[in-house]
Amino acid sequence: MTNAQVWRQIVLVLAILGFGFAVFLWLLQSSFQLRLDYTLRSVALGGALLGSLSAVLGSFAVLRQQSLLGDALAHAALPGVALGFLLSGRELSALLIGAAVSGWVGMQFIQTLVGTTRLKQDVALGIVLSAWFAAGIILLAYAQNRPDASQAGLDTFIFGQAAAIIEEDLWLMFSLSAVLLCVLLLLWHPLKAVTFDSPFAATIGLPVRLLRLVLTTMIVITIVMGLQLAGVILMVGLLIAPGVAARQWSYTLAQMALLAAGFGAFSGGMGASISALDADIPTGPTIIVVTFLLLLISISLAPERGLLWRWLRERKDRRAVLSQQLLRDMLRYALGHGGSTHATPNSFLVGIHGAATRTCLQSLKQDGLVERVRQTPEEHSWRLTQTGLAEAERGSFQRRMGA
Amino acid sequence: MTGNASDAFCVEDLTVAYRGVPAIWDVDVNIPEGVLLGVVGPNGAGKTTLLRAAIQLIPKAAGTVRFFGRPYEEALSQIAYVPQRGSVDWDFPTTVIDVVLMGLYGRLGWWRRPSDRERKSAWSALEQVGMQEYADRPINQLSGGQQQRTFLARALVQDARLYLMDEPFAAVDAVTERAIVQIMQELRAAGRTVIVVHHDLQAVRHYFDWLLLLNIEVVACGPTEAVFTEENLRKTYGGNLSTVEDSRRVERAPFP
Repeated sequence: MTNAQVWRQIVLVLAILGFGFAVFLWLLQSSFQLRLDYTLRSVALGGALLGSLSAVLGSFAVLRQQSLLGDALAHAALPGVALGFLLSGRELSALLIGAAVSGWVGMQFIQTLVGTTRLKQDVALGIVLSAWFAAGIILLAYAQNRPDASQAGLDTFIFGQAAAIIEEDLWLMFSLSAVLLCVLLLLWHPLKAVTFDSPFAATIGLPVRLLRLVLTTMIVITIVMGLQLAGVILMVGLLIAPGVAARQWSYTLAQMALLAAGFGAFSGGMGASISALDADIPTGPTIIVVTFLLLLISISLAPERGLLWRWLRERKDRRAVLSQQLLRDMLRYALGHGGSTHATPNSFLVGIHGAATRTCLQSLKQDGLVERVRQTPEEHSWRLTQTGLAEAERGSFQRRMGA
Repeated sequence: MTGNASDAFCVEDLTVAYRGVPAIWDVDVNIPEGVLLGVVGPNGAGKTTLLRAAIQLIPKAAGTVRFFGRPYEEALSQIAYVPQRGSVDWDFPTTVIDVVLMGLYGRLGWWRRPSDRERKSAWSALEQVGMQEYADRPINQLSGGQQQRTFLARALVQDARLYLMDEPFAAVDAVTERAIVQIMQELRAAGRTVIVVHHDLQAVRHYFDWLLLLNIEVVACGPTEAVFTEENLRKTYGGNLSTVEDSRRVERAPFP
């Protein structure tokens, strides 16, 4: 495929996603007699927005092989959420600031552990992830005793609850996302260079440390914003799965990020709307199930990288090889038995090359390369035609592989 | 040894240590402008370390490095670095021409998109390494030799005075090796300085007009005829005489 074809394919997938989401919303309304009221609209919008933002920045996390760092960060944010609540009540910005600070402290701790001890990164991640999460649960249990706690929906931060998103939150999310998106677009080329080859980026004078810091900070902010939607436990899924799925379809980083945004918006919006139907449906798991389905489809169906595509390709190659071998063996048999027009028994060819031989001979016959000769009622043979003879003599195996 | 102000690459007392063990020790080197230098030595001799420490990718324990008489920060735009091709993830979603364009990101403003002029120079760099027909391919479809050529093209667009290449011949086929050698020699003919880390002794005499024999410390450095002696090689490769003798035998065979 050419790059232009890949672009067309991505636009097509995005269009299908958009159409699918529209149909889904329509079905949701008509079948549940739902008022497309303010709540559902802001929930769907907020979900789509957070989903796409997480997916775009998550693509960078995937490419920098920092998926698990994202997971640790999300878990490490929980104590901050509880502390933010204890200090200032249900004020989204306070909760988010708390989450960011707590996540940042957790990350510094990870880096200190890796830098000063002989612990490896995965161990440090595991330690911080569980310790911060445990502290968060304890603080949360304490905060629940406050009279306004259940109303604040603090427990929704664990598995996510999109219905907790209210209109004011939406404005904060929109403005923060807009800022992040602008930074990303302005620094697109340097960020790409640093992600692909950071030593080289340093040698052309790019401020690698600063760019890495900017990228990590953006990922932290995204995670913190996504917590309300997906929850600390499953945030990592929303962060990395859309990027991994989008990678299957794309040639360039821009294509990957754009498609990931589409996947993220689709699953974020859909998961949020489904869970808005009933407070008992947790948003995070719903979103992750949708994301996982998209991932599954991408891994199996995407052209070139998809499993189905590869299987078809291999089958085609095997057949091309087999037909070339058949022609070659028929020629050898014929020459060994008197002349090139001598027919080769069917059972001989099947005996050597197995069951696939029959279908392969049929298609060679359709191509006019061999013809069938009936000798006895039970047994038939195959003879090379003039074209088949030429083809066998050329032995142009590679040419057919390419065709 | 004291350096000349016009030297392209001047290293004084450079020492780099990993966990207290020196990787290179007290290296003094002066490379004049316009030579094609091979940095040769056994595994673990610190060849790559020398290169990476010189351009500040790893910290120095001691010593100074100057390029064209100036510190690294001031000479940045005149240096092009070709890393080992195994140092990046070749499954990264990007195309060949995009990788080559990255060579221009330093000169390009942070948020400027590459213009037609930049695309044209990326294109001609690809032509120079014989990769123009792969321009729009995703890089995960490239063979090892094509990856190396892509990296080379990315350095060529930088139009630098000094080229630092880390193992450009590692695991590439003979055709690619010849193509790379030809490009290095063209660069030298155009007055550029080229420094190449090279791990095996075969054909070094034909490729490079200067040699730096390194084994933690500098064994010898100078024009190839003067430096490429059996005694120096023995010192560089230590007791491992068979390596040296094998390479001498290969050296005696006529070069195709």
